[in-house]
Amino acid sequence: MTYAPSERQQERIAFRRRQAVRSVLLAALSTVVVGVLIVAGVTGSPGWPRVRQSFLNADVATKYLPDILDGFWLNIQLFLVCAPLALLLGLLMAVLRTLRGPVFFPVRALATGYTYTFRGLPLIITIYLFAFGLPGLRLQGTPDVLVLGGAAIVITYGSYLAEVFRAGIESVHPSQVAAARSLGLSYRQSMRHVVLPQAVRRVAPPLLNDVVSMQKDVGLISLAGPIDAIRSAQIGQAGSANFTPYVVAAVLFILLALPLIVITDRVTLRAARAQNAGT
Amino acid sequence: MLLSCTGVRKTFGDHVVLDDLSLEVAEHEVVALIGASGSGKSTLLRCVNLLTGIEDGIIRLDGEEITNPKINPDLVRQRIGLVFQSYNLFPHMTVLDNITLAPTRVHKRAAAEAREQAMHWLERVGLADKARAFPDGLSGGQQQRVAIVRALVNNPRLLLLDEVTSALDPELVGEVLTMIRDLKGEGMTMVLATHEMGFAKQVADRVAFLDAGRVLEHGPPDQVLGDPTEARTRQFLSRIIEAGRL
Ligand SMILES: Nc1ncnc2c1ncn2[C@@H]1O[C@H](COP(=O)(O)OP(=O)(O)O)[C@@H](O)[C@H]1O
Ligand SMILES: [Mg+2]
Repeated sequence: MTYAPSERQQERIAFRRRQAVRSVLLAALSTVVVGVLIVAGVTGSPGWPRVRQSFLNADVATKYLPDILDGFWLNIQLFLVCAPLALLLGLLMAVLRTLRGPVFFPVRALATGYTYTFRGLPLIITIYLFAFGLPGLRLQGTPDVLVLGGAAIVITYGSYLAEVFRAGIESVHPSQVAAARSLGLSYRQSMRHVVLPQAVRRVAPPLLNDVVSMQKDVGLISLAGPIDAIRSAQIGQAGSANFTPYVVAAVLFILLALPLIVITDRVTLRAARAQNAGT
Repeated sequence: MLLSCTGVRKTFGDHVVLDDLSLEVAEHEVVALIGASGSGKSTLLRCVNLLTGIEDGIIRLDGEEITNPKINPDLVRQRIGLVFQSYNLFPHMTVLDNITLAPTRVHKRAAAEAREQAMHWLERVGLADKARAFPDGLSGGQQQRVAIVRALVNNPRLLLLDEVTSALDPELVGEVLTMIRDLKGEGMTMVLATHEMGFAKQVADRVAFLDAGRVLEHGPPDQVLGDPTEARTRQFLSRIIEAGRL
């Protein structure tokens, strides 16, 4: 016999549909009201004309946009190089911290010292130390400030990422390692094929969060001198006595971050679902 | 002797778990390890597989001392299969990848060949249709059979089974026991820690009763389970009978 919903069930369906229509209408109305209030509040404020003049000036924006875009290209390149390096460094440090036995004490101590130091050190200071301190040693072949500043970003973020990776590694139950070793896999093989794949999957959301945060912090390279988006905006601001260039740079950074933020949200949601399904 | 343990001592801090334990297992022999919970059955199996070190004594496999610190434990483990109570399949890999991991990575066999061998085994145990499934999509009994296959594709000299049916719903125990019975028919040497006295009776050539860190008594199942010499063994068995497991 084919299934036909009972009368009672049809009533329920109809009721839910009416409810759904009503809540959509209500949501639309409240959104419009809130939006109007915000716009009216801001544009109606006594200082609004001046703020619009000095922060949202279309002429200034058009004039400096090409320079800021040029600088922004540097931020993108820097991000594309620094992010994978920081992930690799973090992973390496996390794995080194898991090594057991007295032979590995120096390695373990070094890795631990590294994560403690650079998680505590403000990124700005690290950039200054690298970009201005290292050249002061006058060593042969000191790279330019762009590379040094990039290194400061990689090393700082590597220390955060190392802790995230380590949390992931520790969350994998020891019985998984026992199973891998019992099959004859070496410590390295167990790490690579059994522990790390599970660890990385589990900490993907916090890893991506750090990458998003890194994406905007590459802008701090401007402190070391290279002309990136923020530096160009600063030059624009000085030349025009107007803050619009900063707003232009801000919009560019947000646009760059958006795809990554959306991906992070999706991954986080999926991870949460997988976790709930498992219990 | 395929496996011989002599004077094995294992402690966790002050707690002596194995104390001057000796046990011999001949080729093609099946030995059932019984004993109260916490008597050291799992610990003994883990020591034999070198997953944990011992404080004293000698363990030999095929006459070779595997507790010699100069020996590479990875090479020893490749010759001994261990199956756990909680299956311990790798959740991020398909059934097929779980099985072919060691053959391809440890024994360096060609992927196609390892897959073929794995499929052959899966067909034998009736799980060929699960090859592409992930472990969490399988029942406990199916997972445990995959775990046994995963150990077998390494062609181990010795298979250690640690209460492989304890985590299973009663109606799933049979399928795993059948598989072990078949392995015995093929001459696989096995040491199995178990609570299933009925099964120990059927499949084991010898039953060894573990108590206070040593093998207190061992012999044919009918004798150890039916007419034990030691008072401690009788006590243990009467508790088991009360619990309705014999
Ligand atoms: N990793 C460990 N650390 C400390 N004590 C342990 C550890 N593993 C086992 N033990 C102890 O060793 C004893 C024997 O445990 P086990 O071998 O698991 O017994 P069985 O498998 O016979 O139930 C128990 O008292 C247990 O608490
Ligand atoms: Mg046990």
